[in-house]
Amino acid sequence: MARITAGVGCSHVPAIGVAMDTHITDQPYWQPVFKGFEKSREWMKENTPDVIFLVYNDHCTAFDASCIPTFALGCAAEFQPADEGWGPRPVPVVKNHQKLASHIAQSLILDEFDLTIMNEMDVDHGLTVPLSVMFGEHGPDDEWPSLVIPLAVNVVQYPAPTGNRCFNLGKAVRKAIESFDEDLNVMIFGTGGMSHQLQYKRAGLINPEWDKAFLDRLTADPVGLSKTPHVEYLREAGSEGVEMVMWHVMRGALNDEVKEVHRHYHVPASNTAVGHIILENV
Amino acid sequence: MDKDYEDIPGTFVFDADRSREGYHLNQFCISLGKQKGRDAYTADPEAHLAKFPMTEEQKQAVRDQDWNRMLELGGNIYYTAKLAAYHGINFQNLAGLMTGMGVEAYRDMMLHGGRPIEGNRYKKEWGEEE
Repeated sequence: MARITAGVGCSHVPAIGVAMDTHITDQPYWQPVFKGFEKSREWMKENTPDVIFLVYNDHCTAFDASCIPTFALGCAAEFQPADEGWGPRPVPVVKNHQKLASHIAQSLILDEFDLTIMNEMDVDHGLTVPLSVMFGEHGPDDEWPSLVIPLAVNVVQYPAPTGNRCFNLGKAVRKAIESFDEDLNVMIFGTGGMSHQLQYKRAGLINPEWDKAFLDRLTADPVGLSKTPHVEYLREAGSEGVEMVMWHVMRGALNDEVKEVHRHYHVPASNTAVGHIILENV
Repeated sequence: MDKDYEDIPGTFVFDADRSREGYHLNQFCISLGKQKGRDAYTADPEAHLAKFPMTEEQKQAVRDQDWNRMLELGGNIYYTAKLAAYHGINFQNLAGLMTGMGVEAYRDMMLHGGRPIEGNRYKKEWGEEE
C-alpha cells in the first residue's frame, strides 16, 4: 500500500531558482537562504520518496487569464520546465507516476473535489524551485530522484480556494494514496509564501511574527490555522501571501500528530520571506 | 458583494471585477512570455498591441511603462511582470518602481527586513479614505 510519510512546506521564489541556475548561491546575499536547506537535502537523501505529490501554483504559464482552474492535477507522463519569459530553467524533465496520478484523480472526483485533469502541461518555477532547493543542483540531462505528481492551485485570481477546502482536499489526497495498491513512499509538498507583496505601493511587505505563528500552528493548531480567512492573509502577509493556503493541502494529508524535524526562515529573497518546514508523520 | 479587502492600503486584490476589466491587457502582457510574442512586439509594437482589444488608456499605460496605472486598469502583477521582463526589469526592480521608492531604496529596505506591517494594515493609517 502507498503511504504518506512526511510533508514539506517551502517557498518557491523564482529568484532562488535563478541563483542556483547561475551558480551564485555562495554570494553573501544568497548564502543564508541556502544554508537553511543543507539539512533538508541530507534528510531528502536519507528519506528519498518514490513519489512527491507537489502542490504549487502556476504563474500564468500553463494557464493564462483565458482558463483558471481552481485545482488542476497533472496526469501526463512528464512535464517540461516552462519558458516563463527568460527561457526554461536548466533542470530535468519532471516525470510522473502516471498510474497513481490517475488513481488520485478518480478518487478525488468521487470524493466531490471537481478537479481539472491536465494531460499536457509545462511546469514553472512554482514547481521546480522546491525540487531544486530540496534535491540540490540537477542539470537538464539528469533525472530528479523522485517521481512528481503536480497539483496546480489557482492563487492568482481572487479568491483562491479557502484554507479549509485545501485542508480537506489534503485529507482526500491521503485517502486516495492509501488506497493505491503499490508499496510506495509518498511525500507531500505545500509550496509558496511566506509573507510577500509584489505589487503596487505596499510592495515589500514582510511580517515575520505572522509567518512564525503560521509555522508554529502547523504542529500546534493545524485545523484552526486552516480556518484563517483570506482577508487576514491579504492584510497581514501581503497580497501574494495568500498562496500559503497551499500549505494546508500538505498539512491536511498528514496525521493529526506530526513531528517538526526542521525549520528555516530568512528575509529576504528578492521581495519575499523564505519559509520552510519538514513535518514527519508520527 | 462586500469586499472586505478594499481597506488595505497600496494594494489591488485581483478579483473577478479587475480580471474582467484587465483581461485584454493581461493577455497582451502574457503574450510576451513567449519568444514569438516578444518578436512580434519588437518588430511592430503598435501592430502587436492592436491584436488585443484594450482600451486606449490601457494601451497608453503600456506605451508609457506606467506600472501602477496598468494595475489601476485591471492589470495583474504576474502578467505585467512579463512586460517588465521584456524591458529588462526584474520583479524586485519592478516593485521598487511601483512603490515610488526607486530601485536602490527598495532593495535596501528588503535587506533590512522589508516593509513592516505596523502602520500598513489599513488605508486610514495612510491617511486615505476607506
